Amino acid sequence: MTGFVGALTVFVLAIFVGFEVINKIPPTLHTPLMSGSNAISGITIVGSLLLAGRPDLPELVHVLAGVAVFFATVNVVGGFVVTDRMLRMFRRKG
Amino acid sequence: MESQTYRDLAYLVAAALFILDLKWMAHPRTAVRGNWTGALGMAIAIAATVLGAPMTWTYVVGGVVLGALCGWVAAERVQMTAMPEMVGLFNGFGGAASVLVGAGALVAVQTAHAAGGAAADLQTRVATSATGLIGAVTFFGSWVAFGKLAEFIAVKWELKGWQKAIHYGFIGATAAGAVAYGVAAGFTGQPGAANAALYGGLVAASGLAIGGALLVKKDRFPGIDAVKALAAVAALALCVQAVRDPENELLYWALVGVSGLLGVLLTVSIGGADMPVVIALLNSYSGLAGAATGFLIDNTVLIVSGALVGASGIFLTQSMCKAMNRSMSNVLFGVMGPTSETPDADLVYKDVKATSPEEIAMMLEGAQRVVVVPGYGMAVAQAQHTVRQLEALLEERGVQVEFAVHPVAGRMPGHMNVLLAEANVPYEKLRDMDEINQEMEQVDVCVVLGANDVVNPVAETDPKSPIAGMPIIQAHKARTVIVIKRSLSPGFAGIPNPLFAAENTLMFFADGKKAVQDIIQAVKESS
Repeated sequence: MTGFVGALTVFVLAIFVGFEVINKIPPTLHTPLMSGSNAISGITIVGSLLLAGRPDLPELVHVLAGVAVFFATVNVVGGFVVTDRMLRMFRRKG
Repeated sequence: MESQTYRDLAYLVAAALFILDLKWMAHPRTAVRGNWTGALGMAIAIAATVLGAPMTWTYVVGGVVLGALCGWVAAERVQMTAMPEMVGLFNGFGGAASVLVGAGALVAVQTAHAAGGAAADLQTRVATSATGLIGAVTFFGSWVAFGKLAEFIAVKWELKGWQKAIHYGFIGATAAGAVAYGVAAGFTGQPGAANAALYGGLVAASGLAIGGALLVKKDRFPGIDAVKALAAVAALALCVQAVRDPENELLYWALVGVSGLLGVLLTVSIGGADMPVVIALLNSYSGLAGAATGFLIDNTVLIVSGALVGASGIFLTQSMCKAMNRSMSNVLFGVMGPTSETPDADLVYKDVKATSPEEIAMMLEGAQRVVVVPGYGMAVAQAQHTVRQLEALLEERGVQVEFAVHPVAGRMPGHMNVLLAEANVPYEKLRDMDEINQEMEQVDVCVVLGANDVVNPVAETDPKSPIAGMPIIQAHKARTVIVIKRSLSPGFAGIPNPLFAAENTLMFFADGKKAVQDIIQAVKESS
């Protein structure tokens, strides 16, 4: 099992895992869940860094990768920081 | 082992840490730790990518520094009431990053092929199309969601200075960028490229169409459904064409442009009450865009993370739809509003009884158990801190106070809970709809603050009502109901609410924050 089928297997299984795990999150925490998953979707930064790691590609690709890195970094940094801010509010004792 | 093997193992660790992040998100005690576990996973994935790779840092450093700065400032400064806007915008950034990586990967394939390497295989071709399609729908759809939440898209009133700058700046940049690129590449570019003029024209036209659609000051305009269907068909056709002609950059951008228009049209016609669904759906799209990018560059950590985010978004979308008893397609394409069967408001409201802060104070003090039902009105009035003061004051006097939160209250899933947590309301006092409904008959006073449709008993009694079958918080079962509201104006569903005229209901007409302040004052004075 290689290539496409392997990747598809991983994708489908990850969706099931995601569903099972997220099922258990109470509605009260749905906003932090969304901002937290914003942060995780910033993983596209890896895709842009891989492009930046290819010196054989034309300059244009590196510019595109730089802009993509910007967007993904906003997601990663902003997502994790704002989620932390919110979750601390929930943990705080009244 | 080869360095690529180490890299893949690091990606596996990162993926596992993301799953742990979500698992620990299930309880406030472990959620903070979970969040930082996810951040650690991200750091590992990034480190594994750049370590030992021949990086070109020029543009990456700028992107990281600027992005980190923007992200940090936004995260530290955003008001909790503005969380839906922020999450809405951030969904779009995921889409944008995917679109750009897709374009870069396409050029990479071109370069490799020109240098004598293999042409793109089927997986790469399909994934490139999917990345462009989903990424662009996500980005432009999220921009509209952001604009509608920040109230500068599809509104009739005069915009503030900063809103004008963002709104017209975005429209201008999209239209001008698309026209400039479309014309330059389509009509004066390399002569050999297939259908250059067609695709260049499409890029320019879709940029102008996006700008035009954003300028409309209404949710819907005549013929929107036809344009929507046309854009959807065109986007799919371009996808198929992009699979057949995988190295055509201009075709990719035409696909992005048309998909962007589709994203705008799909989101702009969705009403304010359905915003929680839209945000959740776009959240899921941003994940799927990431997963498509993962297939494109054959990277497991992208596929796993994209799938997790996608699943999370789908789950939230489903639970929002269930909480409104509406199907996905009804939310996306339906029009919600009063029907000819809707009873006349004057008739419903003929027995409304108004009350005063002093009377409310007396009832609250005499109660054993009080439940507050907050709605979007509480967020608008920024009343959460005042409500918390009232809660503390009543608790001091031996009254048990709890909060009942409807799943679709506010403008994103869990929005009310975050506002109450910000105001220091303990987690244990935030009760789910199903739990509180079972105990509602034992509640002495139920205070409805800025909520309307989610407490409308019509949902349970009138099968012809537009909200028929929607689960509600059964405020009407409490011994006394106090509704704090500025007027008898209808909620998002546009129908009258018989709860306001019920025998056990008293209305207090005032702005949410001012009303609660007056009640606090009255409680203090009475002792």
